[in-house]
Amino acid sequence: MRSFLFYLFSILVGAAFFLFARWVGNDYLFFAGYTVLQFIVLATAWNILGGYCGYVNFGSAAFFAAGAYSSVALHKLAAGIDKIFPESLAGLMNMILPLPIPILIVIGGIVSGVIGLGTGYLTLRLRGAFFAIATLALAVVLQTLIVNWDFVGGSRGAYIIRPNDIPILGSYIQYLFLVMLVLSVIAIATARIIERSRLGYGFATIRDDELAAEACGVPTLRLKLIATTISGALMGMAGAPFPYYIGYLEPSSAFGLAYAVNSIAMPMIGGTTSWVGPLVGALLLGIIQQVATVTISSAVNLLIVGLLLVGFVIVAPKGIVGLVQDFMRARASDQGRPTWRSRLAIFANMRPGAR
Amino acid sequence: MQFELLINAIIAGLLLGGLYAAVTVGVSISFGILDIVNIAHPAFIILGSYIAYIVNQTLGVDPILTAIIVLPAFYALGAVVYQVYYASFEKRGQDPLRGLAFFFGLLFVTEVMLILVFGVDYRYVQAPYIDYTLHFGFVDLPLRMLIPCVLSLLMLLLLQLYLSRTFTGRAIMAVSQDQLALQLMAADPIKIKRIAFGISIATASLAGAFLIVIQPLEPSVGREYIGRVFAICVLGGLQSLPGTVIAAMLLGIVESITATFYGPSWAPAVAFGMLLLTLAFRPAGLLGR
Repeated sequence: MRSFLFYLFSILVGAAFFLFARWVGNDYLFFAGYTVLQFIVLATAWNILGGYCGYVNFGSAAFFAAGAYSSVALHKLAAGIDKIFPESLAGLMNMILPLPIPILIVIGGIVSGVIGLGTGYLTLRLRGAFFAIATLALAVVLQTLIVNWDFVGGSRGAYIIRPNDIPILGSYIQYLFLVMLVLSVIAIATARIIERSRLGYGFATIRDDELAAEACGVPTLRLKLIATTISGALMGMAGAPFPYYIGYLEPSSAFGLAYAVNSIAMPMIGGTTSWVGPLVGALLLGIIQQVATVTISSAVNLLIVGLLLVGFVIVAPKGIVGLVQDFMRARASDQGRPTWRSRLAIFANMRPGAR
Repeated sequence: MQFELLINAIIAGLLLGGLYAAVTVGVSISFGILDIVNIAHPAFIILGSYIAYIVNQTLGVDPILTAIIVLPAFYALGAVVYQVYYASFEKRGQDPLRGLAFFFGLLFVTEVMLILVFGVDYRYVQAPYIDYTLHFGFVDLPLRMLIPCVLSLLMLLLLQLYLSRTFTGRAIMAVSQDQLALQLMAADPIKIKRIAFGISIATASLAGAFLIVIQPLEPSVGREYIGRVFAICVLGGLQSLPGTVIAAMLLGIVESITATFYGPSWAPAVAFGMLLLTLAFRPAGLLGR
């Protein structure tokens, strides 16, 4: 029942914002809103691995760009059908391509999910820090591959000409906004489901004490691989519609450090232990950045994010959500707070067939 | 012709390896020995480069000399950063996630500040030896590569002697292994770590000067070095300085050959590819057990 109310509520909030923006009738609101929603997806995705399992991913930009570039590749494929395919196939391909954006999102998700699985498989058996460094490395390897891959534009970048209108809704940006809105609801719902499932309790035991969890029989490697795959896939899904949003994609913007920093800073500032944190952080930072970009400059808004990140990690390690919880708890008693032991017990009890 | 090209590429790689060793040694100390994942190290190096640049532009002082003069300032900076890190993360218990985010934030803030002050134009320094090249037959030895390489190897030699011969040096090597035993030897582990972290940031000053002597740079160049630095550090076996030199030379040669025969745009992927492979197949490094 609570879940049902949650979905109903999130859809209502999304619909309300969409209708409000339509009522205002300013397309800029959709452009700005799209960016904020995109950050909600990225932050939530990052948090599934970073917040729940405690493994830092510095390569968010790589997963994001992998999704974006898989869309670019498919778009180019559609544009060059006659040159690439033999005549017999060209007719068939013309019917399939160009793919609609929801399908591109699924494909982007699969590509990034596979990349996440691969990176995880190579490095997750080592200490946490190595995984973090490897994700940094991954971003540069992928960027070099893209720069040298002429089909998607190489270092010159690629132009994506998007249709001006779309049936029913009218302007294309409203369509993109709606797609991203649905995607962010999906991302948050995924995070929320994971949090309350056996998987989430397994993740939490890894975060709290991996060695002890392993010794108690928690399949840590498998759980971590699941986390990297889901997290990577969601980031790729956030990236897939991006070329259509931006219109011109080049490697250094797709792999920009801003994505990596934001997707770390937003959950860290919001709070990493629940799905609320990334949402709060992304809304707050996303809106601050939109305002700062318009009123001051885009370099300054990155500085704000960096300083907030450093400040929050030092002063409020549990983020805004943690601060609010501490405030509430200061009045109520400290009873019933989950400990590592109780989480492990729940994890064991939720085993299929345990009851 | 092909052979001469190969020899020149290998020599250029060795010289480049000298620079890489200087860039990495700080991380070998902080990450390898102290277990502090200082991914902001390249940002401190670029900071060093820009200080050398400002002094060179305004007073005309040699960049490497400037770096030696500001060594104590970088040491103090390192000590302060460690103190903040210790008070906010190490003391509260093991939470590597937040420590990583802290250094990532530092990296980012430093880079953005440099961009705000200096812009994204490439900056370079002037020194009498920069445009001079020695020729031995078909082998070219540009002095702007040779001098940083020699000085960097000298710096590593001195550090190695310090770490293996002096009491403080040995205490630094011991601090990550057994803090309690160190306390029993009447050494304060926090103080030892502060000294070691100070030294590791101090090397960034010199490495920064070497870097700007070798190539013109802009603030975001530091990011390219994150992967290189950690690739070398891991490949070299984390806490061994000789391992660092060998790994740096190896990476320099592989990168230089790649750049010569396949084009410079592939060079960045080499380091990172090597890092991924090392992590996957030989995480203990070349000299590890």
